[in-house]
Amino acid sequence: MNSELLFSNFYVFLLATFLGLEVIRRVSPLLHTPLMSLTNAISAITVVGSIVIAAEQKTTLSTVLGTVAVTASMINIVGGYMITYRMLRMFKKQERKQP
Amino acid sequence: MSIQIIHAIYMTSAACFILALKWLSAVPTAKRGVITGIVGMLLAVGGTLLNPELLHKGITSYQWILVAVVVGSAIGVPMALMPMTAVPQRTALSHAFGALAAALVGTAEYYLDNGSVLTVGNLTHFKMTALGLEVLLGFLTFTASLMAFGKLQEILPTRPITYRGQNFVNLTLLAAAVVIAVVLIIDPTKTHLFPVLMVLALVFGVSFIIPIGGADMPTVISLLNSYAGLSAAAMGFVLNNKLLIIAGALDGSSGLILSIIMCKAMNRSFANVLFGAFGQVQVSAAAQEQKTARSATPEDAAALLEDANSVMIVPGYGMAVAQAQHAVHDLFDALTKKGVDVKFAIHPVAGRMPGHMNVLLAEANIPYDKLLELDDANAELPQTDVALVIGANDVTNPAARTNKSSPIYGMPILDVDKARTVMVIKRSLNPGFAGIDNELYYLDKTLMLFGDAKTFTTQLVKQLNESNGGR
Repeated sequence: MNSELLFSNFYVFLLATFLGLEVIRRVSPLLHTPLMSLTNAISAITVVGSIVIAAEQKTTLSTVLGTVAVTASMINIVGGYMITYRMLRMFKKQERKQP
Repeated sequence: MSIQIIHAIYMTSAACFILALKWLSAVPTAKRGVITGIVGMLLAVGGTLLNPELLHKGITSYQWILVAVVVGSAIGVPMALMPMTAVPQRTALSHAFGALAAALVGTAEYYLDNGSVLTVGNLTHFKMTALGLEVLLGFLTFTASLMAFGKLQEILPTRPITYRGQNFVNLTLLAAAVVIAVVLIIDPTKTHLFPVLMVLALVFGVSFIIPIGGADMPTVISLLNSYAGLSAAAMGFVLNNKLLIIAGALDGSSGLILSIIMCKAMNRSFANVLFGAFGQVQVSAAAQEQKTARSATPEDAAALLEDANSVMIVPGYGMAVAQAQHAVHDLFDALTKKGVDVKFAIHPVAGRMPGHMNVLLAEANIPYDKLLELDDANAELPQTDVALVIGANDVTNPAARTNKSSPIYGMPILDVDKARTVMVIKRSLNPGFAGIDNELYYLDKTLMLFGDAKTFTTQLVKQLNESNGGR
């Protein structure tokens, strides 16, 4: 890996962290639980690395580890998005037909 | 498919994740945020499956992935259907899965690049640094999250477990893991050291949660959220994949912000949460002087609530333990029908994880625009006729403002003592979870409503509805 590539990765990390801090800071405390389950689902992006390892099938060890990793990531993808959506459906405004 | 198209897909996916979090900031756009997040994930998975190197290997390379997708979904769906009271445990468990995935991929990468005789020495120092970080964070977050799950599920004792020299042992474990990681970075071919790094990280994850009490779990979960994200970002550095770096960094910063918010809400530092063993039984030095508290019956309390113009309900985790959310919703309805302005004051640490109480009340059909944050609630409390505390204790204790010797001194609280009348539904006058006496209960304006939160609230509703019929 050349240093040019390495530094461009660091720049991306730096900018994404600051962007994350700015975006997350604006999330209403009302939604902090859905926020955590959504970021949990998003961090299951580890599925990308897991799929490559599982599909390459270079050694038995790597195939097993990769398959377990894909399973663990899938749990978070399916479970994370579903429960976030389920929670958000519960947030309703006051009905307007008050006496 | 060409590598350029895959890059374009990954970039779109990264944009989707950023927009997903942006739209999650407010309720009206939040659902759109989740859908966008799903689109981002589908793009990422699709782009990876269409990778020319994998396609080249043919359909057989996908068989295990298919199995994993089916098994993962079969476990993921029931985990999404858990009751809202169990969401903190569920979250801890999913941090464990996320961290495990990162750690296992790191382990596989290490042995692929280094373990086989053919490719010894394929790892550069930098790649090994990222890999070491990924594996260290991944494995320690895995066991730490399982421990947090155990404490939240109450399989494990929720009180902190301490022993002499505990902080020393923990720091030694961590230092040993870091030293091994550094040795591996200097010489990645020392393959016999890699399992040692794994074991040290796993053991440290356990030992680091042991002294942390149940009351500090909101902070710990947020911190573990951050670690899981950072290990995903480290994976991005190892695989040289910017999508992983961006998604991991977003998750890392989210966990960091939430843990800072939780620390501030308890007026504690990170160091204090991690090493302080808060929540041990505190033997109050002050003599147990006989103070008298006034109590009231459901009839009296219902009459007072009915005559009020404004009521602020202050729910705590005790309300959820008593499964009183739906009774509280009925109370909200009964009072609203009588023209009483009912709002809810939500302390940041009212539940077992950030924002937990809001979800519990939303589940019970309480409109979210009636849920006030700490500052907004404190602005309204002095003009509120009745503050009704249900299952909350320390977050209402005026000692946090006035008594410098109190362990919770300086913690931001809900100023319920500034309301005209205070009512507290509580089983007895016994001190709460942190073992701190609450002087709120002995104020002249306070009425203690002794009983189970659910039973008492149901009685209040019954009284209110009966008086309605009598009119």
